[in-house]
Amino acid sequence: MAQKGSDDKQFSRRDFLKTTGVATGGIIGGSLLGGFVGYNLDDGDTASDTSGENKGEGAADGSAENPGRIFFHNDAQFETISQAMERIYPEDDMGPGAIKLGAPYFLDMQLAGAYGNNSKEYMKGPFYEGEPTQGYQSRLTRAELFTLGIERLDAEANEAFDDDFSKLDGEDMDEVLTKFQKGEADMGVPPATAKSEDFFNLLRSATIEGVYCDPMYRGNRGMEGWKMKQFPGHQHQYIDKIDSGEFEDIKPQSLYGGKS
Amino acid sequence: MAKELDKVDVLTVGVGWTGGIIAAEAAKEGLKVVGLERGKERGTEDYQNIHDEYKYAIRYELMQDVSKETLTFRNSPDQRALPMRQLGSFLLGENLGGAGTHWNGQTWRFLPYDFEIRSMTEEKYGEDKLMEDDGYRLQDWGITYDELEPYFDRFEKTCGLSGEENPLGGKRSDAYPTPPMIKTPILKKFEKASSGLGYSPIMMPSANLSEAFENPDGQKIQACQYCAFCERFGCEYGAKSSPEITVIPTARETGNFEVRTHANVVEILTDEDDDSRVTGVKYVDTRTREEFIQPADVVVLNSYVFNNYKLLRVSDIGKQYDPETEEGTLGRSYCYQIFGGATGFFDEQFNTFMGAGALGMAFDDHNGDNFDHSDLDFLHGGNISVTQTGSRPIANNPLRPDTPSWGSEFKKESIENYTRTLSVSGQGATLPHKDNYIDLDETYKDDYGVPLVKLTYNFKNQDRARHQHLAERSAEVLEEMGAKEVSKAAELGDYSIVPYQSTHNTGGTIMGDDPEKSVVNNWLQHWDRDNLFVVGAGNFVHNSGYNPTGTVGALAYRCAEGVIRFAKEGGRLEDK
Repeated sequence: MAQKGSDDKQFSRRDFLKTTGVATGGIIGGSLLGGFVGYNLDDGDTASDTSGENKGEGAADGSAENPGRIFFHNDAQFETISQAMERIYPEDDMGPGAIKLGAPYFLDMQLAGAYGNNSKEYMKGPFYEGEPTQGYQSRLTRAELFTLGIERLDAEANEAFDDDFSKLDGEDMDEVLTKFQKGEADMGVPPATAKSEDFFNLLRSATIEGVYCDPMYRGNRGMEGWKMKQFPGHQHQYIDKIDSGEFEDIKPQSLYGGKS
Repeated sequence: MAKELDKVDVLTVGVGWTGGIIAAEAAKEGLKVVGLERGKERGTEDYQNIHDEYKYAIRYELMQDVSKETLTFRNSPDQRALPMRQLGSFLLGENLGGAGTHWNGQTWRFLPYDFEIRSMTEEKYGEDKLMEDDGYRLQDWGITYDELEPYFDRFEKTCGLSGEENPLGGKRSDAYPTPPMIKTPILKKFEKASSGLGYSPIMMPSANLSEAFENPDGQKIQACQYCAFCERFGCEYGAKSSPEITVIPTARETGNFEVRTHANVVEILTDEDDDSRVTGVKYVDTRTREEFIQPADVVVLNSYVFNNYKLLRVSDIGKQYDPETEEGTLGRSYCYQIFGGATGFFDEQFNTFMGAGALGMAFDDHNGDNFDHSDLDFLHGGNISVTQTGSRPIANNPLRPDTPSWGSEFKKESIENYTRTLSVSGQGATLPHKDNYIDLDETYKDDYGVPLVKLTYNFKNQDRARHQHLAERSAEVLEEMGAKEVSKAAELGDYSIVPYQSTHNTGGTIMGDDPEKSVVNNWLQHWDRDNLFVVGAGNFVHNSGYNPTGTVGALAYRCAEGVIRFAKEGGRLEDK
């Protein structure tokens, strides 16, 4: 039974790979792969490893690299948001970017819960477009705004570059994102409902949250975000180091890392 | 139909610092006290897995659930007030301990100048300096620093405060209960630079304790471990003085205090036969939605600034302030704070991720009237400090001006700067202005059908000038500290409810010696209801250049004395 389910998933994923061009080598570079498969793949060290291959073809096995998705049921939409997050926090010579750090999976889980549903926000009407000093005034939840934003990222990409967002090269993606950031992208709804800069700001903050959160939230994989920043995570105390005149490079620890 | 319960001697609405102090003192005197807390029970055992920036600092786990209650905001009356749909500018507390659970512990006394600001300003600079034509409404507090001093001392002993004498502060009757925190290399750098500029830096008075302490009530507070998770977090060690580890257990141990959680007060009930007194309150069980009447001989409002105001207003107690006529006292003199500071970029790396909420050094040379204002177009000033509160990676991504806020350059800069920047900042006072006030909203309601509070607020010219002044002084200190580049705070624009600034909201239920100009007397007894007391930063007649909790705690201890006296003798306390 479980085996069958797994095969089904593999099949549909292969199908997806074909349509997006990955399987035929249509996309170069590791960032896209990292978006929906185990990030070890583009290190080239899993090609001969069967389990890795399974992962590579998309079986959501609950591993840190591919924990599966709760909110983004649509593969293409997940790919769009993954690429957008990677542009906010790209992989470079300092270390991994948003995708390798698992930030899209962080966002996926957040959108399915209190964050996505605005459970702790005041959501009673009437709704009016406010002044910038009055803050977010839309009736949309974060989950709804992300869904709309992803749709509009692809729409803007198609209008400007005749292709989906995730298939553009980096510079073109940045051009689209900048349009959102400046509030110049068409959200297809009145500004009282959604403004492109609100979507952009949420995308930006969610990316930073996803790269630096405790790894239990599925981002900051392997604490690599913390390592780049030299943040030691959860330490019981610094009382023996607080007056040190040297910079203390401390091995990071996650909140539940030391517990069973 | 609300169910009527048995009468108690004293009732506190809210159980944080002020409610806990009133409860502890009254219960020790043998009075039967009930505390109605709309949140849940919590304590140190709930903070054992607290080192989670995302949950606590970013998603505000310990703060008020604004889906149930928030406020509306506008910059001026010509705007439509709209709800603050998510927390931002300030972080309202909720649950047992209130904001006293997730404060940083920076615990100052307001200056002698603060309490007599109008008289002292007029005497020194003349009446024009009050700038009344520009809409400022300075007022003395109806109490002096010297009168309040014993209560400051009492609160500091409850906290076990760690600190050292401030040469520019008010006179102290006793030393701090515990010595200052550890002076770290960052603080030493600030000390050397600010001393070099002629200032008088001191270790910040801290409620994260330098050593274990048993307070006068027998409560034990542990020594701070510098774990760097203080602000927006609860302390897993019981090393940050909070209501849950001090005054609340003190009250409970008497056997005279009951905390009733999930109890949201919606109305204060005035005696139908005698409008000089209240009979109790009506509250809703937030889980069952059952309504209760809790009668009490004395009612004390101990919730936050906004909610204390709101309960008076919806219960029709006192007269609402009208900015056109300037009549009415309820809701006037709302004040906030401004933060004029600067960020310095260094080559060397600092241990910025270590720290404690009140680990810092500060000087008051540009606070209050400690510097000459003759040629300045503003009054007051601010406490200028460096703090090492523990910077965490989601919220701390320091950038030079003009660095992009995303992409490769952002990533590189924010990572490098994370351990290579230090900030020095002035915590600036704000003064009451006739156009800044709180009212009740006509459109939006809370989850219990009660209207939301409506805030009308904007920064004024004095704020902009004071902000600029503090930013310049801060930048000079950073240059002296050897920063290779210093970035000064941009000019102050309109007040925005969006970015976090400070949970130091004040006013709306101000104190004084004149019922025409204040809501409560200097025992915090309501002018129109003898057995009703209103306690908190809402009593502040203006906001000073300090964190408010020290002064709030002092006022609460004074109020507690008033409550006990009233319970025994009754009557108007200002006449005694």
